[in-house]
Amino acid sequence: MVDTSVTLSGLRLDNPVIPASGAFGFGAEFAKLYDLNILGALAFKGTTVEPRFGNPTPRIAEAPMGMINSVGLQNPGLEAVINEELPKLSEVFHKPLVANISGFSAEEYAACAKALGKLPQVGIIEVNISCPNVHGGGMSFGVDSKLAATVTREVKAVTTKPVYIKLSPNVTDITEIATACEEAGADGLSLINTLSAMRIDLKTRKPVLANTFGGLSGPAIFPVALRMVYQVYEAVSIPIIGMGGVSSAEDVIEMMLAGASAVQIGAANLRNPFACADIIRELPRAMEKYGINRLEDIIGGAHR
Amino acid sequence: MEKMLLKVTENVKIAKNIYRMRLAGEGKAKPGQFVNIMLGGLFLRRPISVCDAAEGEFTIIYKVVGRGTELLATYPTGKVLDVLTGLGNGYDINLDIMRPLLVGGGVGSPPLYLLAKRLFELGKTPRVVLGFNTASEIILENEFRDLGLEVNITTIDGSRGTRGFVTDAIGCLSGVEGAKEGFAGAVEGAEGTGDFDYVFACGPEAMLRAVYDATQVDGQFSFEERMGCGFGACMGCSCKTRYGYKRICTEGPVLKRGEIIW
Repeated sequence: MVDTSVTLSGLRLDNPVIPASGAFGFGAEFAKLYDLNILGALAFKGTTVEPRFGNPTPRIAEAPMGMINSVGLQNPGLEAVINEELPKLSEVFHKPLVANISGFSAEEYAACAKALGKLPQVGIIEVNISCPNVHGGGMSFGVDSKLAATVTREVKAVTTKPVYIKLSPNVTDITEIATACEEAGADGLSLINTLSAMRIDLKTRKPVLANTFGGLSGPAIFPVALRMVYQVYEAVSIPIIGMGGVSSAEDVIEMMLAGASAVQIGAANLRNPFACADIIRELPRAMEKYGINRLEDIIGGAHR
Repeated sequence: MEKMLLKVTENVKIAKNIYRMRLAGEGKAKPGQFVNIMLGGLFLRRPISVCDAAEGEFTIIYKVVGRGTELLATYPTGKVLDVLTGLGNGYDINLDIMRPLLVGGGVGSPPLYLLAKRLFELGKTPRVVLGFNTASEIILENEFRDLGLEVNITTIDGSRGTRGFVTDAIGCLSGVEGAKEGFAGAVEGAEGTGDFDYVFACGPEAMLRAVYDATQVDGQFSFEERMGCGFGACMGCSCKTRYGYKRICTEGPVLKRGEIIW
C-alpha cells in the first residue's frame, strides 16, 4: 500500500490533489458527480471584498492543448462567500479549504484574509497577486517584488493561518518575487497562475476575447510551470503548491519531482469534470509503476 | 449532467454547411438542453443543442462554423464520442398557455423540434416560424410539418417563403409596415398579442432581440455564449439578468422574458 499523504505547513493532506481556484467554483457542480472528500483539499473561487461580475463575454478561447480565459474574478463577494457559499460547501466537503483571495489594495487583501482566516474549515490562505485578467488589479502586485512583499506582510499580520502567495509567471524572474515573498513571511508559494495570452478571430479579424487578453492554462503550459516550480524550489525553502496544466497522475509526480509539495488541478476539471477523481484513483498505480512508496519522499527529487 | 460515451449512428449533411448527427445512448434531454462534446485534438468541448431525444438516441443538428464543427463533420458512423449530456435548464413547459409560438433562426431551430413534440404531448399545438438566410440553409421544415404543425418559413434573400426576417412573419408588429405574411388576426383585435399567447425562441441574439421587441406576450429565449466547461464551474459564460448574474450554461441557456437585460 503506497502512501499518498503530504504535509503543507503542518496541514496533513490525504493526497496532494487540490482543485485549483477558478476551475472548481465552490464545489457544488462537482459534488453532484463524486464525493469531494476524496480530494486532498479544495481551493475555492477567488474571493474579493465586493461582489464582481467580471469581464464582458466572450471570456473563453480555445488554444492548442489549452484554453484562454478572461473571466475577471467573477465572485459573489466576501460576505456572500462566507454566509452562503461556504456553508453549502461544508455540507458536502470536510477536508481543508484553500481560501483564494484577490484584492485591489493591500487593505482589501487583508480584509479578505482576516475574515476567511477565522473560519475553522480554512486551512490555507492563498493570495492571488498574479491574476493577469483584471484591469489595474493583480498585475501590479504580482510583477513587483516590493508590492508582493507588502501584500504578504499585510496578510500575514491579520491571520494565524498559513499564507501562500500565488505567483504570476508573467515576470522576468519568478525567483526574485518568490524570494521577496519568503522574506516577507510567506508560509508557502503557489505557482503558476495563467500565462498572459490572446487569440484573433480570422473571420472578424478581431481579438476573440472581449477583454483582448486572457490567461492561458491547460497542458500547453505544463512544461513552463514545471520549469518555474523547479527554479523556485532552488530559490526558497518554504513549501510550493505546483500548478499549471497538470492533467494526470504522472503530471502530479513530475511536478512533485520538480519541487512541489502538493499540486493543484485547474483547466483539466473543465474538460473532464472527473479529472481530480481520475487522477486520485490513478495515483497509487502510477506510484507503484515508478517505484514510489511514500509520495512525500520524491518532493524535489529531480534536484538531487 | 451525465458523462457518457455515445456512438455516432449517423452524420449527414442536410443543408448548406449543416449536418445532422445521431448518437446512440440513453436519450434523456429536456427541450432546450444541450450536450458538450469532446473532440480529439481540441481542448474545449463543443456545446450543441439537442434537436431530438428518443429511446436510446440523441439527435443534434450543427452548422460548420469553425475548427470544432469542421472536425465533428468528419466523424464517421461507429465513432464513439465522450459527451456531457443533460446540460442547461431547458425550456419550462409546465405553463398555463394555449397557443405557443416557436421562433427559430438558422441552427437555432433544432431545439424547438423537441420542444414542439413535448408541447404537442401536453395537448398544445404550437405555431412555428423559422428564419434562414437563404433557401439552401433551410432545415427541419418537413420534420415540423410531419408533426402536423403549421410552419412559416422566412428567408432574408426571399429565395423561399416570406422575404425578410422572422418578425416579418410573426406579424404582430403593431403598426409596423412589413408584416407581410402574418397569422390571421395577428395585428388587429388582439391588442398586439397576435395569434399566440406565448413565445419560445432560439437563434442569433439579434433575432432574439427583434422577437422580444416585436411581441408583447410572455416568453422564453435561448441564448448562446462561448463556454469553458458547459456545466457551471468556470464562469466563462456569465450574463447579467434582472435577477442577478446567471450562467448561460446552467441557469440558461433559456431565459424568461422578464429576466432578460439586453
